[in-house]
Amino acid sequence: MADERIAGQAVPRRDLLEKVTGAAVYTVDITPPGTLHAVVVRSSHAHATIVSIERDPALKLPGVVAVVTADDLAGLFPRFGHIVPDHFILASKKVRYYGEPVALVVADTVAAASDAAQLVEIRYEALPAVMTPDAALADGAQLVHEDDYGNSGDESFASLNAAGEDDTRDNCASESTLEWGDPDAAFASATTVVEDFTHYPMLYAYAMEPYNAVADFRDGRLHVITSAQHPFMVRNDLARVFSLPLARVRVEVPYVGGGYGSKSYTKVEPLAAVGSWATGRPVKLVLDVEGSIYTTRADSAQVRVRSAFDADGTILAREFDIVMNSGAYADNSPFVLEKAVNRCFGPYRVPNLRVRGRAIYTNTSPASSYRGFGAPQGSFAGELNLDHAAEELGIDPVAIRMRNLVDKGSEILPGKRGLDADLKADLAMVAESLRRDRHEQAGYGIGMACTASDAGAFPVSTAEVRIQTDGSAVVLSGSTEIGQGSRSALAQIAAEELGLELSHISVAQSDTGTGPYERTTGASRTTTLTGLALQRACADARAKIAAMAADLYGGDASDYTPCMGGVHRPDGTDVGHGAVIRGWFGANAGEVTGIGLVRREGATKAMPPFWEVGMVGVEVRVDPDTGLVEVSQLVTVADVGFAINPLAVEGQDLGAATQGLGGALYEELVYDGPQLLNPNIVEYRVPRMKDMPAKIDTMIAQRRDGIGPYGAKGAGEGALNPMAAAVAAAVARAVGRRPTEVPLTPERVWRLMTDRPPA
Amino acid sequence: MTEPAPGRDVTARINGNEVSRHVPLRQTLALFLRDDLGLTGTKISCGLQVCGVCSVLVDGQPVSACTYLAVDIDGRTVETVEGLADGDTMHPLQRAFVARFALQCGFCTPGFLMMSKSLLARNADPSEDEIREYLDGNICRCTGYRPIVDAVQDAARELRETSAHG
Repeated sequence: MADERIAGQAVPRRDLLEKVTGAAVYTVDITPPGTLHAVVVRSSHAHATIVSIERDPALKLPGVVAVVTADDLAGLFPRFGHIVPDHFILASKKVRYYGEPVALVVADTVAAASDAAQLVEIRYEALPAVMTPDAALADGAQLVHEDDYGNSGDESFASLNAAGEDDTRDNCASESTLEWGDPDAAFASATTVVEDFTHYPMLYAYAMEPYNAVADFRDGRLHVITSAQHPFMVRNDLARVFSLPLARVRVEVPYVGGGYGSKSYTKVEPLAAVGSWATGRPVKLVLDVEGSIYTTRADSAQVRVRSAFDADGTILAREFDIVMNSGAYADNSPFVLEKAVNRCFGPYRVPNLRVRGRAIYTNTSPASSYRGFGAPQGSFAGELNLDHAAEELGIDPVAIRMRNLVDKGSEILPGKRGLDADLKADLAMVAESLRRDRHEQAGYGIGMACTASDAGAFPVSTAEVRIQTDGSAVVLSGSTEIGQGSRSALAQIAAEELGLELSHISVAQSDTGTGPYERTTGASRTTTLTGLALQRACADARAKIAAMAADLYGGDASDYTPCMGGVHRPDGTDVGHGAVIRGWFGANAGEVTGIGLVRREGATKAMPPFWEVGMVGVEVRVDPDTGLVEVSQLVTVADVGFAINPLAVEGQDLGAATQGLGGALYEELVYDGPQLLNPNIVEYRVPRMKDMPAKIDTMIAQRRDGIGPYGAKGAGEGALNPMAAAVAAAVARAVGRRPTEVPLTPERVWRLMTDRPPA
Repeated sequence: MTEPAPGRDVTARINGNEVSRHVPLRQTLALFLRDDLGLTGTKISCGLQVCGVCSVLVDGQPVSACTYLAVDIDGRTVETVEGLADGDTMHPLQRAFVARFALQCGFCTPGFLMMSKSLLARNADPSEDEIREYLDGNICRCTGYRPIVDAVQDAARELRETSAHG
């Protein structure tokens, strides 16, 4: 029943109008009167004891107001971290990675702060550094953290805090396991066992707007404007730092210049906040790209995978051992790990399973969320291994997947929500599109891969709609517009629910001081969970207006049924929402507020709230002389249940796919000794316009099988998740040898083709 | 307070308005536009003149404002994203970017718009390959580029039709 009026239409996104004129305001554009500017002094060692910090030369420079170090934070809770509060705002006693903030210089101008930052003299005594998980897990390895910080107390992360409960400290930040059936027996009796060892690289999400924030601490209140996805999570960390009630910490997020998960959780907000706390003035901190890369990267993962099959390709058992390099602080890595554990074995019937995952502290930059987290790392191994098995068994890669894919409604994870998607139909769409335009020449290869991610995260969402005296409506949400188009999608939902035109709706988002709560903007949750909350808010407002109408015109509220922008009266006439509000308040004044709440109950009781499908195929051409890989076909299916705005969905899907191609072909942060070789856009290569595939086919599957508004599910991560595996499979077919690591740079492919060892 | 840094008097035409300022020698054009003139539409990202985010036009030539010194605009004209629209009428490129969803977060968009304007001034009917070549130095992390190519083609068509009829 496609009877929606506005939901489902590719309406122009309202935020784009502001963004093409230069009028859109981002955090970097905000400089309150009297603002001081901060520059971070960063560690020049991977691991070292801080012997002394000499600030006087810096303080003597004109315009310098303060040089803040860990010693100044003695009266505060000097760390943050939503799972493990291990992350020092400023390094205390020792530094744990090259690039770690050690001091914050605050000055009248950015130029003065930059000049002074170079005059802060820090003396170190080097400690042995553990740069890789292997080194960090070796017997007698130097500890990155000597102390146990406990956990953050957030119940929804309670399962992630197991590591550190034992008496012996090691460098394991978090461990996560999953097991069912009897994998040992299944492997022992299987005729075909296929094993692989894969490596997924350290990545940087590369939002074009670097991390930045403006903080104003005065009169026992903290006001922070920041480029963050989860303002309410950031507020929690900041309130703990300053021992403030949540209500005295206000976090506001204007437009965000790209997030992709990398602006989840707290980043530079505590630095700006302690700068303001120390000086009594607003402090603005804008990192450069190098500083941003040293703030958060994505976890790399080495994965050993073993799968057992019977002769027709049916999966009998799978076993995974995942080790992630999670860097110096836990941040979101325990959660990334849990997702890698849940997502590595794929949306297949696996009767016997064992997965062990470990997130390892090393003396490298801290790793955290990046779009689809856990899924790309895990599925690269799982899907590559499945292609390997298809080859061993002489079965087509599509056929082996069709044989094992979980059916709609069946469980992927025991006790969790059944699969709310038709993966076999999606896979057939990808296979058909690839086949249609396939090049049969030598040097070409096709590959496809699929994932289903337990997405949506923990379902706590609220929304508010305020109906005005003229019937127009203001929507309030704590979900952040990060470029994904939520402002427009929420307006469409409200217009649909209230029977209004889009022009009569405004949307304000992400202000903890004035707007409603939203747990996070991530895991593709906004359309589904915030959308549900908004539908309920609209229903609440309509119910209140029906009750007012009954007050005014007689009868029961139930006698008044919704019509376009108003209520239908028992006498057969319609009256607008605005007229009811004016009549009830008895003046051209007043307002009706509808509230919508979502928690783990009813439609959102089963976890995950929805499964996010990743279904992609590529065709590549490999240059036989150089190993250069070009993508000749990119095919994706966004299985979103219902597309509130189809153009926006396609845009999110192509964007995710393109970032996936980046990780598959170009992107990798490389450590050489204590520091990164390539913390910049010159040497960290992201996809450019000339890399665009010749054919792009972004399809949308709309089967209304989600719990969100009109059957919607989330979008935006799916196409990234299986991309590395699909590209690797295509390259394997093009060159006749299977890669086991990405990115598939020309050198790596050339070495593979010519049977040379990896560099 | 900071002592005044060494600087020079600069006069330039910026988005059609004559502007005279004393500009520190070390100040970049991007910071001059953003901090001194409040033209915050021009964004800064890589700081290495590589990502294209800060592209503006100086005497019609695209430059990376993040590394171009503000004193060097003396006697020149500067165009930024704020000068693209004609009053309330958006430039065909702006309309096409909106219609094609050729942006999401929008942070790279001012740079893409200015580079595209520069392209269309040189080549009224660019092929897809020519667009890809000209805009390869501008990085967008959201869209996957396809909608941007489509938008530039749409705008080129509209501009050709307007000039043919008008």
